Parts: sequence; C-alpha cells; structure tokens
Amino acid sequence: MSLDPATVRRIAKLARIRVEAGDVGRLQGELNDILGWIETLSEVDVSGVAPLTGGAQIVLRLRADEVTDGGMAEAVLANAPDRVGAFFTVPKVVE
Amino acid sequence: MLTDLTITAAAGALRRGDFTARELTQAHVDAVAALNPRLNAFITVTSERALEQAEAADAALAAGEAGVLAGIPLAIKDLFCTAGVRTTAGSRILEHFVPPYESSVTANLLRDGAVFLGKANLDEFAMGSSNMTSAFGRVENPWKRVGDAEAMLVPGGSSGGSAAAVAARLVMGATGTDTGGSIRQPAAFCGLAGIKPTYGRCSRWGVVAFASSLDQPGPFARTVGDCALLLGSMAGFDAKDSTSVDLAVPDFAAACRRGVAGLRIGVPREYRADAMPEAMERLWRQGLQWLRDAGAAIVDVSLPHTKYGLATYYIVAPAEASSNLARYDGVRFGRREDGHDLTELYERTRAAGFGAEVQRRIMIGTYVLSAGYYDAYYLRAQKVRALILRDFTEAFGQVDALLTPTAPTAAFAQGEKMDDPIAMYLNDVFTVPASMAGVPAMSVPGGLDAQGLPLGLQVIGRPYDEETVFAVSQVIEDAAGFSAMPAIRAGVAA
Amino acid sequence: MSYTIEGATGIWEIVCGLEVHAQVISRSKLFSGAATDFGSAPNTQVSFVDAAFPGMLPVLNEECVAQAVRTGLGLNAQINLTSRFDRKNYFYADLPSGYQISQFAHPIVGRGEVEIELADGSTRQIGVTRLHLEQDAGKSLHDQDPARSFIDFNRCGVALMEIVSEPDIRTPEEAGAYLRKLRTVLRYLGTCDGNMDEGSMRADVNVSVRHAGEAFRTRCEVKNVNSIRFVMLAIEAEARRQVEVWESGGEVVQETRLFDPARQATRSMRSKEDAHDYRYFPDPDLLPLVLDQGWVEGLRAGLPELPDAKRARFVRDYKLPAYDAGVLVAEQSTADFFETVARGRDARLAANWITGDFFAALNRTGRTIETSPVPAGDLGALLDLLGDGTINGRIAKEVFEAMVETGAAPGEIVERRGLRQVTDTGAIDAAVDAVLAANPDKLAEYRGGKDKLFGFFVGQVMKAMEGKGNPGLVNEALRGRLAS
Ligand SMILES: [Mg+2]
Ligand SMILES: [Zn+2]
Repeated sequence: MSLDPATVRRIAKLARIRVEAGDVGRLQGELNDILGWIETLSEVDVSGVAPLTGGAQIVLRLRADEVTDGGMAEAVLANAPDRVGAFFTVPKVVE
Repeated sequence: MLTDLTITAAAGALRRGDFTARELTQAHVDAVAALNPRLNAFITVTSERALEQAEAADAALAAGEAGVLAGIPLAIKDLFCTAGVRTTAGSRILEHFVPPYESSVTANLLRDGAVFLGKANLDEFAMGSSNMTSAFGRVENPWKRVGDAEAMLVPGGSSGGSAAAVAARLVMGATGTDTGGSIRQPAAFCGLAGIKPTYGRCSRWGVVAFASSLDQPGPFARTVGDCALLLGSMAGFDAKDSTSVDLAVPDFAAACRRGVAGLRIGVPREYRADAMPEAMERLWRQGLQWLRDAGAAIVDVSLPHTKYGLATYYIVAPAEASSNLARYDGVRFGRREDGHDLTELYERTRAAGFGAEVQRRIMIGTYVLSAGYYDAYYLRAQKVRALILRDFTEAFGQVDALLTPTAPTAAFAQGEKMDDPIAMYLNDVFTVPASMAGVPAMSVPGGLDAQGLPLGLQVIGRPYDEETVFAVSQVIEDAAGFSAMPAIRAGVAA
Repeated sequence: MSYTIEGATGIWEIVCGLEVHAQVISRSKLFSGAATDFGSAPNTQVSFVDAAFPGMLPVLNEECVAQAVRTGLGLNAQINLTSRFDRKNYFYADLPSGYQISQFAHPIVGRGEVEIELADGSTRQIGVTRLHLEQDAGKSLHDQDPARSFIDFNRCGVALMEIVSEPDIRTPEEAGAYLRKLRTVLRYLGTCDGNMDEGSMRADVNVSVRHAGEAFRTRCEVKNVNSIRFVMLAIEAEARRQVEVWESGGEVVQETRLFDPARQATRSMRSKEDAHDYRYFPDPDLLPLVLDQGWVEGLRAGLPELPDAKRARFVRDYKLPAYDAGVLVAEQSTADFFETVARGRDARLAANWITGDFFAALNRTGRTIETSPVPAGDLGALLDLLGDGTINGRIAKEVFEAMVETGAAPGEIVERRGLRQVTDTGAIDAAVDAVLAANPDKLAEYRGGKDKLFGFFVGQVMKAMEGKGNPGLVNEALRGRLAS
C-alpha cells in the first residue's frame, strides 16, 4: 500500500497539520519509506490470535461517584492563549 | 568530589553530617552552571528552587524526619508535569506551558525529599533515539571517542538530557520515560544504569503522553543500587492511572544483594544480529560468563517474533500518539497560530508547533487508524503484539531473566543517521520487544568499545519481577567493575 | 395504524430509527471527579482531565456503569459482561482531547426492546440495537461576539448513554410513543431525568423512505432534535423532502441535517460535511471493563417495578381499564399517588378522580404531583367521606375545589361549611312536599304522563336542600309521593 499525494493531503487534513504544497512530495516519500518497512508484518501468521491492546494485564478499576475535582476555573483558564471572562475562545464556528 | 558520589553514599554521608544537602546541591548547581551551556542537558534550570528544597532537606535531616532521597539532586525529564515549573515535552507547542499540577512520580520523589535541579532535555514528545528532535536543541553526550575530541556524540533518546546530566555529574540521578527504549538506550550510550519497570509499576499520571500503552517512567543513575533507590520512590499504585497496578513496592535495594545463584538466564537467539559490532558481541558473551561464574545457568531461548517488534512498534506508537497529541490544538494551553476559522487555527498551530519527526509520526498514526487501513495495520500490529508477549511468556516458562545487548551500537555522532528515519528507528531493535510485552528491562554498563565508548547489556525480567532484574544487573555491575568516566564531567574542563 | 406519504409515483413508507443521548444521573463525570450540575458558572465544573491537559488520565465512574446496566436491564436487554472503551477521533472546539471516549466495537448493553402503545390501543415492539456509555462534549456559544465562539467545558465529560433503536419506527406517532416510553422507563429507573429542555435527553433521527416491500434506501441523520414534538415534525418534514427528491429524479445523499422548527424543514449541516473518518481504536488509557454477573444480579434485584409490569398489575389487581392504567403509570409519582389513594378503597373511583378532577386541578393551578395542593391522603379521605355517605358526589366536587384552594383536609371543610349530606327522611319528605306544592302545574303534567319531569323534581328538591340531600333517599321519597 503506497500513498499518493492526495492521500498525503487527506491524512494531513485529518490530523489538522497544514502541509504546504511544496512539502507534499517530500512527505510522501518519507511516509512511504516507513510504510514499506512496516509492511514486513504482513508475513506474520496472525490467524486465531486475539489482539493485545495494552501493556497492562489487569482489568479496569472503577472509582466511587464522588465530586472530588473542578471548581477552579481560573487554574483551568490560566494557560489559555485567548479567553473572554471565564470562556475559552476560538474563531467563530458556523454550524 | 561531591558530584562523583553515588546516591547511596551521599544519603549515608548526609545522615552522618559529613556535608549538608545545601552543600551537595550547590556543588551540582555549580556543575550545571559550568557545563549545561555546552551539553544543553536541561531545558529549564531551577537552581533557586533546588537550593530551597535542599535547605528543607537539611531541616528534615536535622529533625530526623528525612525521606530516603532527602537532599539528593535529580534531573526531571521535561515530560513530567511539575507544578509551577514550565513543562515543554521538548516541543515549541508547549514552550510556555506551566502545569498547575505535579505528576505522581515527581510528587513521590518530592515526598521522599529529592531536590530537582531542573527539567531535562528530550526528543520532542519523546519521539526519537538521539535527542536531535528537541525544539530546544540537541544534547551533547559527555563521552568522547578516544582521540576524537571534535565529534559530538548523541546521548541517545528520548531521555537524552536526563542521561547526559547524570553521566556528566550534573545530578546524581534522573527520571526518564521509556516507550520503546527511551531510558535503556540513552543509559547504554552514556554509561549509566537505567530501568524501564513493568508497565503499570510507575504512574503515568502527569506524564505527557506519547504512546499510552507503552509509556513507562523509570530512573537513571550511575549504579544499579541507585536505580533501585530511585525506583523504590517513584513506583507505587496510583488510583488516578487506570493502568497502574495495585501491588506493594518491593525493597529493590535488598533485591540487588540477592545474587544469581540458581537462576536460569536466557539468551534469545534472535538477538544475534548479523551486523552486530564485535565489541558488542564480545561483551554479551562476557556478560553471560559473569552470570555463569556467579552461579546462574545459561539457557538458549527463542523469541521468534523479535524481528517484527520494531514494525509493530512503529504502528502502535504513532497510532496512539496521533490521538494523544490531538489535544495540542492551540485552544486551552500552549502555542496558538491564528487562523480565520477553526480549522485553519488548528492546522497552522500544529504545523508551527510540532517538529518534523512528530508531524511524521502523527501522520503515520493517522493513516494506520484510518478507514480501510485499520485492519491491515493497527489490528494486525495488535495481534503481532500478542505474539510478542506470548514469546516472552513462553521464554519465562524456562528462564528467570533474559540477557541481551541494549543497543546494536555505541553512541553515534550527531548528524549520523539523520537523513534516514528508519536507520534511526533501528536503534531500538533490542529494546522495543520488552516494551511491547510490558515487561521490566534494565540497561547496565558492561564495558567500552574500541573507541572507548560505553556499551550496555539489557536484563529483561518477568512482569512485576524487577527484583530479579536488579539482582542480575547488580551481578553484572559488580563483575564489570565499570569505572570509566566521560570526558566531560563536573570538575573536568574538557 | 398505517402512515404513508402519497407521492406522484405511488405510496411511500417511512423508515426511522432513533439515537437517543440520555445524560446519566450521577454526581460526578464519567472519567473525572468534576460535578455534573446543570447551569453552573462557565468552566467551574471542569477538571484538568476534562480540559485534556497534558498527562491527564481517565478513571471510570462506577455509578455511571451501574446506571447503564440498570437501564439495560430496564430495556430487557443483553448485558455484556465484557465491554470496552474506544476513542472516536475528531477535532472540534467543544472536544478538548480531540477524541470522544465512547464504546464503539463492544458496548456495555446489547439488544433489547421497548413496547410502545399507540392511540388506537395497539402496541408494538421497537427493537433496541445497543446502549453504550460515552462522554458528552462541551458547549459553544456562537452569539456572544462577532468574531469568536466562546467555549464552556462544564458539560464536557458528563456521562451519556447512547441508546440506538432498530429502524423499526414507521410513523411520527410511533417515534413520539417510543421517546415517551423510553423517557418513562429512564425516569422510573432513576438513570436519566429525561429533561429535553435542559438537553439531558436529545435525539438524533435517522430517516429514509421507500415504497412498500423495497429494501432500505439512503438515510439522513437529523441531529440534536430537542423535543418529542420536534422529533415527530422533523421526521415528517424530512420524509417529505426525501420523497420530493426521489420523485423529481434526484438521489438522496447520506448526510447530517438540522431541523429548523420555525420553517418546519430540515437543512444540511455543512460544517459536519468534512470527510468523516473517526479512526476508532481501543483507548489505551483504559482497560476492558469486566463486570461480575453477581454484581449485575444485585442491580437487577434493586430495580423498581417498571411501567409495563405496573400497568399489568393495575389492570389485574385494581381492575382498571388498560388505558387508565397506562395514564397512571406514565409517571412513577402518579402511580404512587394512585396507589396511596386506592389502598383499601374503590380503585376505579380513585382512578377516575385522579385522571379527572385531580389532573384538571393540577393543570389549572400549574402544579405538579410533587407540589400538589391536595396530598394523596386527603384525596383518599374525601373518597372515604363519599363512601360512608357523609357527603354526596356533588358536594364531593365542591369539597375538592375547596381542598385545592385552601389545602385544608376534606373533613374539616365538610364540618366548617356544614356540607354533610342530609339523610333525615323527615327533612327530605318536608322538602319534597314543599317542592310539589310549589309546582302544581308540573305535577299535573307529570301525572298526565310526562315522566321526564321526575328529574326536574329531583333537581328542585336538591336545590331546596342546598345540594346536601342524600340522592338515593331523595329519589325514594319523590317516587313514593308521586306514586300516591
Ligand atoms: Mg451517534
Ligand atoms: Zn453518541
């Protein structure tokens, strides 16, 4: 499976990374090299193997339903690049 | 020199009153001032804070209430969030980020009295094996090839700043994180001991995520015993991390004294790479002989899926990273580039905020998860990951631990391997399988190559059996008598 | 009951499935310890986990899991002892982490069903495909500033149950009945307050049309419809639009649309038209959720009696008509109120009073059953006064109105106002005699065969007795005197 320039642009769009037109070719080459190399996995026989999702071989713990957090709007907003009052802001979104 | 002491020795001396924590910290503050401009091991230096912490440690020592690490100067990889101290993850996108919270691991170290000299440099978002991808500049490995004072070597990565700082005696120990080898490989490149504990042993809460199912904090130090002390403090159950394991923290320092008599040590035949340098090959044989001499039995084992470890890693880790790094979008914290609409703001912010390697991995990860490719890449990788774990489980049915080289080569020079991402990725060929399986693994210095550069041996243990890993590593350390020092270090004008 | 749209090319039928997002009742969020209260000051119910700060990790709320299981049990659904949380990846201003933690491949609840009752008395089973747990997003305000949208993350991370129906719904009425029934069940279970105004229950409507017997055609999703009435209107509007598209030779394209209540029409939601590729994968910060069968059984044992069972019991034990029983069980509080009134009394009479005068009084006064001026005990006492002959039916209505007005107990009103009914035959006879004496012409007409005038005489006697005459005795006395 090898990426064409349109796919490189589509992935960049999905990942929300701006790619200048002049960089598509370079990226295409780099990504294809990596994808070609990881292609070796296709030779492994994985039939009947259950996928392993995580490093921890334990089951999920649950926490009690208690309010233990929040109530600190200032701390949450302190690093905001832009804000108005207690709101974060973004360029106007039209739905 | 105070900066040459081990943590174990310094802790004893502080308790005897041979010197104060303030004196010990000052010596390291001076070393940082002298050498960091050259090594660039720290992104942020916190000398004043460190001296205050040292004074608090002196008070605690005087009151007889000192924690095990009271007054011990450490470097903290700049991937651990530290309350009130800038945390960058080596990225422009977090250049000015000041977390209002302290990671669980660093909070544990502070609880035990440790002194933080600053935030150590790293590959951007821990993605790299050379520390060349940091937005805050490369880190110089304090070791030099014999007769070549010019070539600047890489310290390894991603925890390169941590390793360089410990090797150059700017600190006595450091935290790192290991996703595919990011503690073990720089430990090997810098002549240090470093352990990636079992996945779940140290909390990931407050550690900037790279690949959540692989990331695991661990320590660097100049001796195996010092790593045991540090890990004993860092480790422990944390209810805030759903993947943290609820097990008591063993006495790792005691485990270092167990010896290996009666243990069975496995040699995975798939780690015998054709192109392995002769010195590495020799050191590995030597390591096995040391263990045999100490009473262990050496057993050949097979980890048949070893050769697929790296490819599996380069699907799983970028996939998780592509999702984990979506939060860096210029809205709540971090760098923002304006855009006339939301999408443009995101795209410009992330293009300007992330470096080339991070962008590359986000795109690979996005691709392998995308519709139509998930099964062929991500799902298949998870299945191969299950086979890799099965390899280890079967091997540990026959042996108590495995011994392998840590990395195929010694430290390389800055500029080498730079134009070929895959050549760079191959650094992690021996460290990645243990990461995929979640098992503990430690790198311990065994000797020098022909150019006078340190080489590491890797000890891999069963899940949650760091104690055996420490026992085996201690025997190697004792037998190796590794006493070489890097050319650039505190008190030595290189 | 069939509902179809008659087009130029024939008869079209609607195919509809609903995705309901129901906010779980819990104190804290699905994966963080921040509060879930409605209407708090912006960004005050936000933890660093909710705002997706670096290094923050999710920890699952046990109560949210229990609520999802209770709901699954209430929908007679399969409880999956192993489920898993996945990440749904997309960028949006109200989604801080860039992914929503949801259950995609392995939901906690599998197939179930909801029985709906229709106006004609018929019932239908609507299949439930699945129920899964997921996080809510934050809220964007678009009208505060000319150039910017404002973001409040208070709701971000609150637990939602997404309840997906099969495409079994064929009419707007069925959709309404399904939503009402689902809301009733959720309220009985105490797992969601069902409040669509506050957004704690929202519906996405999937609509397609087809000629009878055809395979499914392309469907559109109408997002975030916020009342049952609008859901019904949206289905109708969207179905008509699709019929027009097909009949004009066009092709319905699969897309997300919004319902505009003012125009009673749907419109395309262009902002969501970016290529969707959510890149679902298991959340590596979480592990598989494995439930213990015994724990599930404990929740099952703690479930309240649900509306279907309660309605059947009301019909069986109280001999109520199915329709009345259905009205009484629609809200748990109404059913409880009814049972308090009915206990040891004439249940049908109790039901008639509650669905009649009592509901009318609540409506008129703008009260709810929880704030009713007439408590169940007082209504029961009124029925007792009626039953033992202390008052008659007509006076009972008067007493009830006084109860609504004053909140006083019925016995007190009867005594204070002297409303006991008169059973003294002497007094009744005297009143009868007086009425007959005062109306000689009517009496003659009656005797001449105009039987209908009997009612007139009853009325006159009751009026003379200020309504307090025992109606039976009045009838008896009149009949006796007129016969002689
Ligand atoms: Mg949906
Ligand atoms: Zn949903």
